[in-house]
Amino acid sequence: MKCVHCGNSCGKSPVIFGENPFCCSGCSTVYQILNASQLKQYYQIEPMPGIRIDDEKRPASETYAFLDLDKFKSQILTFSEGGISKVSFFIPTIHCASCIWLLENLHQLNAGIIQSFVNFPKKEINITFKDCEITLRQLVELLVSIHYIPEINQHSIEKPSGDKAEKRLFIKIGVAAFSFMNAMIYHFPQYLPGHQFLDADMKSLFGWLSVLLAIPVLIFSASDYFLTAWKSLKKKMISIDLPIALGLITLFTQSLAEILSGRGIGYIDSLTGLVFFMLIGRWYQGKTYQALSFERDYKTYFPLAVTKITEEGTTTIALEDLKAGDRILVRNQEIIPADSVLKSETANIDYSFVTGESMPVVKRAGDFVFAGGRQIGSAIELIIEKEVQQSYLTQLWNQAENPFTANDKLNTIVNRVSQYFTIVVVLIALTSGLFWYFNRPEIAVFAFTSVLIIACPCALALTVPFTFGSTMRQFGRRGFYLKNTAVIEHLQKVDTVVFDKTGTITNAQSSGIRFVGNELSSEQKLMIKSLAFHSSHPLSKTLYNSLEGDELLDVSDFQEIPSMGLSGKINGIRINMGSKYFVTGTKSDDENLKTEVWIFIDGSVAGYFQLENEYRDGLQNLIQKLGKSYELHLLTGDNEAERTNLIGYFGDEKRLHFNQSPTDKLEYVRNLQKRGKKVLMIGDGLNDAGALNESNVGIVIADNVFNFSPACDAILDSKRFASLDKYIGFTRQSMKIVYAGFGISFLYNLVGLSFAVQGNLSPIVAAILMPISSVSVVVFASFSVSLRAKVLKI
Amino acid sequence: MSVVIILVFVAIAMAGGFLVAFIWSVKNGQYEDTYTPSVRILFDDLPVKENSDQKERKEEKGNGKPENEESRSNQL
Repeated sequence: MKCVHCGNSCGKSPVIFGENPFCCSGCSTVYQILNASQLKQYYQIEPMPGIRIDDEKRPASETYAFLDLDKFKSQILTFSEGGISKVSFFIPTIHCASCIWLLENLHQLNAGIIQSFVNFPKKEINITFKDCEITLRQLVELLVSIHYIPEINQHSIEKPSGDKAEKRLFIKIGVAAFSFMNAMIYHFPQYLPGHQFLDADMKSLFGWLSVLLAIPVLIFSASDYFLTAWKSLKKKMISIDLPIALGLITLFTQSLAEILSGRGIGYIDSLTGLVFFMLIGRWYQGKTYQALSFERDYKTYFPLAVTKITEEGTTTIALEDLKAGDRILVRNQEIIPADSVLKSETANIDYSFVTGESMPVVKRAGDFVFAGGRQIGSAIELIIEKEVQQSYLTQLWNQAENPFTANDKLNTIVNRVSQYFTIVVVLIALTSGLFWYFNRPEIAVFAFTSVLIIACPCALALTVPFTFGSTMRQFGRRGFYLKNTAVIEHLQKVDTVVFDKTGTITNAQSSGIRFVGNELSSEQKLMIKSLAFHSSHPLSKTLYNSLEGDELLDVSDFQEIPSMGLSGKINGIRINMGSKYFVTGTKSDDENLKTEVWIFIDGSVAGYFQLENEYRDGLQNLIQKLGKSYELHLLTGDNEAERTNLIGYFGDEKRLHFNQSPTDKLEYVRNLQKRGKKVLMIGDGLNDAGALNESNVGIVIADNVFNFSPACDAILDSKRFASLDKYIGFTRQSMKIVYAGFGISFLYNLVGLSFAVQGNLSPIVAAILMPISSVSVVVFASFSVSLRAKVLKI
Repeated sequence: MSVVIILVFVAIAMAGGFLVAFIWSVKNGQYEDTYTPSVRILFDDLPVKENSDQKERKEEKGNGKPENEESRSNQL
């Protein structure tokens, strides 16, 4: 039976409401809210569209208290005047048409909401509401109550200005297209037989109109090319934009000279066409995955506000106002914002995202607690030791950018090629100019400018955007999302691959379980399962999920002793389960590194469950394939418990490194780079963040690509983990296609140059050759990428 | 031939009109989200509740839009 709300299995004891089964009371509550507001259509647009939130992940009632503070209100609201406010939230769980429908009908749930709009690709909701009827906090809590939890953190407050740049590019393309189309109309009559009979006035009218059309294109649409060409010249470098700018200026002055002297109509159609095609290339390359974020750092991970305990009670203060010595309260599922000392008796802290350790760590009063952990269970009190900026974890980000990667980022293939290209073209132009100067001086200037015009590297400039842009789209369709097209070039150069272990090559959530000891009967297994059902400890959950059994048994006399274990009676039989010390009374020896759950049942110790990492599907195959052409390393924060298993995968003992702190990982990558290696780091959590940033390419493996992941160059959906070698291999194919594209554009240049050096480049030759070369390069690049992707079955 | 000159200016005026319309649509934010409207248009209208509360809300909805912000009229 499946839950009507979220589609998960309801198990044996579903929650029933109005004849509908639900997997948990949370799902049923959402259903009741929607039912009461006549929003049941939510369940008709898409079947079982709801989102399930496990009880222990549910935000505490005080979590959003900070939204009542004016300081945060003014930061979060995008507009507020006259009692009307606007706000936009990023909600990673928006996934279907039902989501859109429900979120756009929020006004049915609360009359204070005027209207709400969903931007599905961005997974964003824009809400307009009345301040007097619903506060920001109530609005957020309303969203949480229907299980759409908005992401509110430092990152979402600091809005990026990417939208504006994109709008500007669209307008630039529009202006270029307008001028291009009209200039073509004016030039067309001149290319037909009999154009010599065209009225002289008409000719000059057409000429001047095209000059008028070219001016906005040069000043507005092509402004970026001039700017970057100028900037790179100042740095004494030659970028691809320099020959483009040179070509555009020559095209314009030559056309102007021809029109002024009445000799012809010039090359304005070619000029505007060039700009139009190049801008299209820029747009194609600039596609980004709007809902994904590659720039996240600790600020995104940490909360905006914390609860401070003062003598008068608790207050909410901003994270940046937190000082050493403050007493703070951290509730269930909240993150510890700064390095601190535990004041409460015990805490159960989940560091899985920071260290990769999958089991929560138990801390006692007086213990030092690092920032970044998540408290599980009841609220705890902490005393801050260091300010947020000085915490161990945050310092990882405050390191300067690595010189190796910074240098590498400028050294792109296009810029390398264009350096030679520019020099060669200028040389050819000068020689042909000089040649004609001594033979037929009247065409010397014309030959010189013709070379510059025809050699304008438009096709060259289009090859990379379209090849890499298509590659990025092919990857995106297969769950591998790149930050930008430059990543392809870096990925292609990689020769060393460094893996993180937990969460990267192992599954983050599930781990394998093995029972060591006397064989358990199915009845005993059911008893253990029933007992585990009553505890929210992750180990109990793992046990509960791994054991088979149908009807749960009633447990009496249940007791949970924190950091020790569980105890209870089923049918009069006492069962204890938990740590070795708790169950057997003897201390566990330090040498045993694996996680164990000991079982006492029926008056004797039956044995223990041992948890083992479960490696991702296809790991063996992937390592084998990658091992052929790359040097592989493994870095893990975990202990050596898995050493023997990992040697089976990696083969070489020397490249396995255990007990690595985040700083060790960063240093390791840095050392590899010092030895001249191009490093690809594959990680998943905050503990890898330093290394990911340091490496030439950092890939994050994510179970849900929209959830938090540290700053990186690419995000890989964990379901596609086994195909990683194909993706990396495909970047080499893309590079080959780029070279072939360069070859094609050089061929066109040769043809064009043969006209130009002879001094008989007519506007019609330019008007045919230049668009054809651009279009054919674009078609070749995009078509061959998708063809290769199909053939290679990446 | 003078008719051609008139035609040329008519043509450029028309194309210019389309250019202005395009620039307006970009600034208006019509290219920001090209997916959601395609889903939105398929939703059925909610059954209208004819009570005073609802009417009041609708009126305010009309007045409440600030002019300078993107106001999209293709809501449900």
